[in-house]
Amino acid sequence: MTHGSGSHRTIAVEGLSRVEGEGSLRVDVRDGVVEDVALTIFEPPRFFEALLQGRAAAEAPDITARICGICPVAYQMSACAAVEDAVGVRVGHRVTALRRLLYCGEWIQSHALHIYLLHAPDFLGCADAVELAERDRAAVQRGLDLKKTGNLVMETVGGRAVHPVNVKVGGFYRAPDPADVAALAGPLERARDAALATVSWVAGFDFPDVEGEYRFVALRGDGRYPMESGRVTSSDGLDVTAGGFADRVVEEHVARSTALHARLDGRLEYLTGPLARYALNADQLPEVARRAAADAGLGPVCTNPFRSIVVRAVELVAACAEALRLVLAYEPPDPPAAPVGWRAGVGTGATEAPRGLLFHRYGLDDAGLITSARIVPPTSQNQLTIEADLRRVAQAGLALPDDQLTWRCEQAVRNHDPCISCAAHFLDVTVVHR
Amino acid sequence: MTDERPTVAVWKFASCDGCQLTLLDCEDEFLAIAGAVRFAHFPEVSRASVDGPYDLSIVEGSITTEEDARRIREVRTSSRRLITVGACATAGGIQALRNSAADGAYAGAVYAHPEYLSSLGTSTPIAAHVAVDLELQGCPISAGQLLEVITAELAGRRPVLPSHSVCQECKAAGTVCLPVSRGTACLGPVTRAGCGGLCPSLDRGCFGCFGPSVGANPRALTEHLLEEGTTRAEAARLFATFNVGNPVFGDQAAALSAPERQGGQP
Repeated sequence: MTHGSGSHRTIAVEGLSRVEGEGSLRVDVRDGVVEDVALTIFEPPRFFEALLQGRAAAEAPDITARICGICPVAYQMSACAAVEDAVGVRVGHRVTALRRLLYCGEWIQSHALHIYLLHAPDFLGCADAVELAERDRAAVQRGLDLKKTGNLVMETVGGRAVHPVNVKVGGFYRAPDPADVAALAGPLERARDAALATVSWVAGFDFPDVEGEYRFVALRGDGRYPMESGRVTSSDGLDVTAGGFADRVVEEHVARSTALHARLDGRLEYLTGPLARYALNADQLPEVARRAAADAGLGPVCTNPFRSIVVRAVELVAACAEALRLVLAYEPPDPPAAPVGWRAGVGTGATEAPRGLLFHRYGLDDAGLITSARIVPPTSQNQLTIEADLRRVAQAGLALPDDQLTWRCEQAVRNHDPCISCAAHFLDVTVVHR
Repeated sequence: MTDERPTVAVWKFASCDGCQLTLLDCEDEFLAIAGAVRFAHFPEVSRASVDGPYDLSIVEGSITTEEDARRIREVRTSSRRLITVGACATAGGIQALRNSAADGAYAGAVYAHPEYLSSLGTSTPIAAHVAVDLELQGCPISAGQLLEVITAELAGRRPVLPSHSVCQECKAAGTVCLPVSRGTACLGPVTRAGCGGLCPSLDRGCFGCFGPSVGANPRALTEHLLEEGTTRAEAARLFATFNVGNPVFGDQAAALSAPERQGGQP
């Protein structure tokens, strides 16, 4: 929608789509300069931190999974890590490997969803993947097949794809049968090849010429690409434990958003997610993913936010390859979970959700009941950086007609795969020209 | 040529997106569905949106704000048939735990400025606000049941959905009964079928994510749980999760916590 005349123009679109959740965005332009941008999240708050108080810590993985149906495993993994940190439980390497396999399933499912159904239609001028399928059904089917393989991994390890039931503090209720895990190898080999085809496909898209300036924050893996564990590192030298990081992140409640805005040390904006993980961990990618990145023309760091789709595709290759490695090396953990003795304490857990760093902190009493909870999802941490991106993208695109500029601004938000259900837990777009 | 396919709209209220995702998780059927119907409004998937009226609206999520209470009435007015999917839409979801808390206690615990929020003190199912043609339970819903419901809606017939409990699914699958063999706390006897007896097959007691089955007797189950060593507090928590807003589970949870909360329940 366009309002106004002369140097005062208003473009308003209600309902930013192809994101998970509800919010709006607005760009104000005065005399050819972007004056103000705001990503507004009006997804109704669900008060998870409050409803967790008085619940058993053992319930945290199942309850927090309900924050997000797209990345429930991320919530389960961060919740387990935080509770285990609080009570001093260390899980064995077989449990860790199985958790990583489950997490690979979620990365494959979530990245395939975002690349094919939510993000690629923007680059190809389609309203959605249904329209895209009319032009290139094979591509969309490839994406759906990839997604299905991710779900298959989650079903095999976690029992089901949305809100898996097999995860518990300490490990799993039951270790999957080796024959069922071995049966994943065939689909994962095909998925890895489909992921490689995905990298070639998206690398051929046209990308607007925009470079962001980012403070990247990601876990740093211990010899492997980060997922279920690691220290929190940044592009400007941060290297701390999950607990140390949680101490330094300050969240601010602003009127326009039911997601809290996170800043490092109370002042610095930062970006988590694929661009950050890649910049800080490209050397830890499996060989096949590293080669795919090089063939796609990605340097060691990617700062064009529109190219995040290429990085996400490289991570899709990595997740398939990593899942395949874990499947071939699978040894059922016995027992399937480490014993947990409840005691009072405070613990923090940070893991890499597909769309970025997710940390939980819980305080527990000596009966294992939660006395305090803090959950900081990726989109809360990325929100300020997404707004900075919007400003850059809108400024660079001012010559575009209203409808194209609006679409590009929507795309600037989708570049970061925001999960607004997580963060406040929708978006409508307003561009105001004055 | 006019498009004579039935129009479908998908709406989200307070929820996690998982039940809409279940539609996209029908990877083998999704393109066929998208051919058979016209997704006229489905923001998670498309930036194109067509105004109503719609032949079928699929609603996810619960009502937690005045604005959403207004919006669902609009959705109802513009929909010939309206079905609700998932524990949030059919019972209020996990966020309905706030219904029993003191006013403002929840917002104040999470947000520094509760005055910026326009949130109701309650999370209520869609059927508390408008007439609903069919409710599909589950947290999340079953993809198979969702396909059955959509197919039945398009064919103009009643969907075939189980009203029995998870217990029968375990028997059909040959899963050993955990409460009987090991004394595990399990809500299978009072929980609606749909998952295939998933948790017990993984050596875990059912935690009731599909909500109550038809004719469920949670009181009798509670007596059994308490006899087997589950504490009152544990049993209360077991009934007070994603379907706490369904009175069959919610009243049982309230009865179990009443002595400790000294009559704090509504």
